Amino acid sequence: MYPRAFRYHRAATIQEASTLLSQLGEEAELLAGGQSLIPLMKLRFANPAHLVDLGFIPDLSFIKDDGETLRFGPMTRHAEIDHSSVASKIPIVHDCAAGIADVQIRNRGTIGGSLAEADPSGDWANVLLTLDTQLRVANSHGERTIPLSDFIKDAYTTELAHDELITEILVQKPGQNTGGAYFAFKRTAPVYPTASVAVQLTMAGDTCTDASIILGCVGLTPVKAKDAESALRGNPMNGRALISAIEAARSAADPQPDMRGSADYKRQVIASLTKRAIEAAAARARGEQVNVSHLYA
Amino acid sequence: MPETIEKVPITVKVNGKSYTRSVEPRMLLVEFLREALDLTGTHIGCDTSYCGACTVLFNGTTAKSCTMFAFQADRSEILTVEGLEKNNELHALQKAFGDSYGLQCGYCTPGILMSTYQLLSETRNPSEKEIRKAIAGNTCRCTGYQNVFKAIRAAAAQGIGETR
Repeated sequence: MYPRAFRYHRAATIQEASTLLSQLGEEAELLAGGQSLIPLMKLRFANPAHLVDLGFIPDLSFIKDDGETLRFGPMTRHAEIDHSSVASKIPIVHDCAAGIADVQIRNRGTIGGSLAEADPSGDWANVLLTLDTQLRVANSHGERTIPLSDFIKDAYTTELAHDELITEILVQKPGQNTGGAYFAFKRTAPVYPTASVAVQLTMAGDTCTDASIILGCVGLTPVKAKDAESALRGNPMNGRALISAIEAARSAADPQPDMRGSADYKRQVIASLTKRAIEAAAARARGEQVNVSHLYA
Repeated sequence: MPETIEKVPITVKVNGKSYTRSVEPRMLLVEFLREALDLTGTHIGCDTSYCGACTVLFNGTTAKSCTMFAFQADRSEILTVEGLEKNNELHALQKAFGDSYGLQCGYCTPGILMSTYQLLSETRNPSEKEIRKAIAGNTCRCTGYQNVFKAIRAAAAQGIGETR
């Protein structure tokens, strides 16, 4: 179906996009890669009166290594991150980029668009919340930096003011003896996951010294599984710690029953993904090469 | 429409030929190709970004043309299934699909061909897993995919990715 008619505005700079948003008001939406927004507009769930197109602003797509930090441009496509040797320095980032939807959607969808949309079933926020991630945002008056952990307020709701845009995503590289992994379970490639789990661990020998575990698709926002993290932190990585963490993750999940499965089924998927993600993250922390990809029914 | 919406002038190169048109902002790229340019090889299947029948090459990588607005293609290059054949001769990739019975009703075929085109442009000898991942965004309701995989393997064995 055709979207409802709207007016088109092509921004030449971030500042111009911000000014357009203030002038046009709440009826205006930003268009980044469009892989979520356009389907919503075609179903007429989203009916913006104005679209401000970011696609012709130069230099918004980049992946840079600043030593301590990887910097991503907001319009960097998932596929560019998937194929980037720089981005692969953080394996969990590659896991995410390589598994989102299908090739065609990864070629168009952007990391900034995904974060700004804050879809509870999105992938990027789960992964980047296990790392130290900061967002640079700007409007026509100035700039500020927001930690990703303060950015997502609710389903489809972020800290961004109406005239603010993400200008850069800063991800601190995890240090020595760390490893992360992201597993998402999907019924088929193009759809959103049924459930997903991101795990980032720091190990000292066989002992886990730090853990970050985020569950996706099982709450209005990404769920930080604090009890699961505590079950691992300070403990030897053995069967007992693993089982405690899995059960804590299962309890932390608060899924809604829908076409992707019942609440109990989704908790079971979370438990299974948590086990795989912890094991893969621990193996990577030991320096082993582990291939991780989204799982299909 | 309740009021007049200003059209957007765009210039797009499709299959090597440049077109300049004014499009309504809400016009989707697939409608632009099919209705404005009369290139009906690109199909509309699900119209919900799922099935991949509308897949085209957009500046060298695949995109679902039902999930792009025509204005996004301004100053870009597009290759559709019509652009594969040269001098009335089917592209070797198309021949491989015919030879391996990699299609039945053929509705999904233009999209699968474009996804395969990107795969073989990037990967000379794709593994079974790479083949499956490359066309995971293309739905076929007839073949059960086995002959599609066979066609892609046959095309890869001929070194099709290197020819263009």
